[in-house]
Amino acid sequence: MKNFVHLDRVALRYGEDNEGTLALQNLSFQVDRSEFVAVVGPSGCGKSTLMKVVTGLWPPTMGRVKVGGHEVDRPLSITGMAFQNPTLLPWRTTISNIMLPLEIVEPHRSKLKHDRASYEESGRKLLELVGLEDFAGHFPWQLSGGMQQRASLCRALIHEPALLMLDEPFAALDMFTREELWLVLQELWLARRPTVILVTHDLREAVFLADRVYVMSARPGSIIAERKVELPRPRELAMSYEPFAVNMVHELREHISAARSAV
Amino acid sequence: MTEALVPIARINWRRKITRHKVFRRVLPWLVIFAIFALWQLFVMAFDIEEFVLPAPTAIFAAAWQWHLPILDNAWQTFMTTAIGFLFAILFGLLAGVAIGSSSLVYDGFYPALVGFNAIPKVAVVPILVIWFGIGTVPAVITAFLLSFFPILVNVAAGIATVEPELQDVLRALGASRWQVIRKIGLPRSMPYFFASLKVAITVAFVGSIVAETVAGNKGIGNLMLVASSRFEVPLAFAGLLMTSVMGIAMYAIASAIERKMTGWATRGTDGGTFVPAG
Repeated sequence: MKNFVHLDRVALRYGEDNEGTLALQNLSFQVDRSEFVAVVGPSGCGKSTLMKVVTGLWPPTMGRVKVGGHEVDRPLSITGMAFQNPTLLPWRTTISNIMLPLEIVEPHRSKLKHDRASYEESGRKLLELVGLEDFAGHFPWQLSGGMQQRASLCRALIHEPALLMLDEPFAALDMFTREELWLVLQELWLARRPTVILVTHDLREAVFLADRVYVMSARPGSIIAERKVELPRPRELAMSYEPFAVNMVHELREHISAARSAV
Repeated sequence: MTEALVPIARINWRRKITRHKVFRRVLPWLVIFAIFALWQLFVMAFDIEEFVLPAPTAIFAAAWQWHLPILDNAWQTFMTTAIGFLFAILFGLLAGVAIGSSSLVYDGFYPALVGFNAIPKVAVVPILVIWFGIGTVPAVITAFLLSFFPILVNVAAGIATVEPELQDVLRALGASRWQVIRKIGLPRSMPYFFASLKVAITVAFVGSIVAETVAGNKGIGNLMLVASSRFEVPLAFAGLLMTSVMGIAMYAIASAIERKMTGWATRGTDGGTFVPAG
């Protein structure tokens, strides 16, 4: 489906009246179904605000937000989210943490009681995909940062959301773990093909993972550039060091420094 | 050669740790015993009159002599404390959830609650006597009034400080406000809640005894009042001893429940298993 996510000249001003900060202005962009899109931009450009607008957590001050052909007028229930902070619940084991969405989203919520075993089975399969199968019964504090982030990705995907929103999910990890998780994320995406919007400030990450990269301007944020990344899938880490990717990273970097100096 | 030495050193090291642990267990008892011993020496050395400061031996003798009335009154105090405390848990939890989960309720009610909490509860007891007469009811209410607030504040704090990102995760799944409270807010506030129980049970106990002293016809507080008015100071001290034993017991129960219920929040500090993560 073309334009699964469609933002049309969206503006968002925090606070009431006309006094709050203008976070987004005249922002338009589209994401097709099953497409992997990355959004990059200078810090404070409103990337996280964009996430909240798309998922319906914040209503836009102006403009229209459509997801799946419908106007967004309340929080969507088809979304999975993961953040820089893994935000696992410390009183739950890994498996029970990743099954949290199933306790909320219908139809899983009503079926969970009878089908707990089969749901748990699919939860374990997901953990296996990210290499956490031996840690299902562990508590978050028993996991390393990278493992917690894997679990957080699983939690975002367990209910098979149509839309996956990732807000700098790997920003707090060391480079090796980060690259490892890029591959994990690619694998998850290839296996399930959700529509992904990844917000990041890591340009290599954006180029390696996404089909398309949007560049945002400084606050108030709007889209100032768009690049297609035509690399074959599944991609390998080495590709991110090849001329095509390196050049694109340089080009994106220039866009961003231009956006920063424009302030 | 060194290879042969290492295990022995390690065994000694282990033994040292075990010995250290045993010492840690015994230490509180040693401290209590030392306090009583010093007290006894002090009274004997300065030849202090019994009605000023009785020696521990005299206190224990009085406690033994009067053990039936002491136990009877202690039971009364325990019951009033327990009833007041249970009400405090019930209302503290409900009000804490309401105040913690809604900024409107918080803004509206919190100042009034703080003002109410600032009133010394001893001053309320005479009013309670006018309303309910002398006896059990004012003691139960005083226990409730004192222990209600710490529970409320802690539960509210636990619920109000849920990470906004975590709320977003749930809300982006279409979770209702109540679901967010039930799945995250309540479990998250449990360590706060159980920690507050330790404080609350102790102040509830103080509340009962104060009310019994001011307006009781039974209970440890009343027993101490009667004893001191008759100059039976060792008995009054025996009553004090009883209250402190009961206080320790209740605190121990509350903290045992806390450890059982919210072990995830105090991992590692009390023998929780540690699994190194890679």
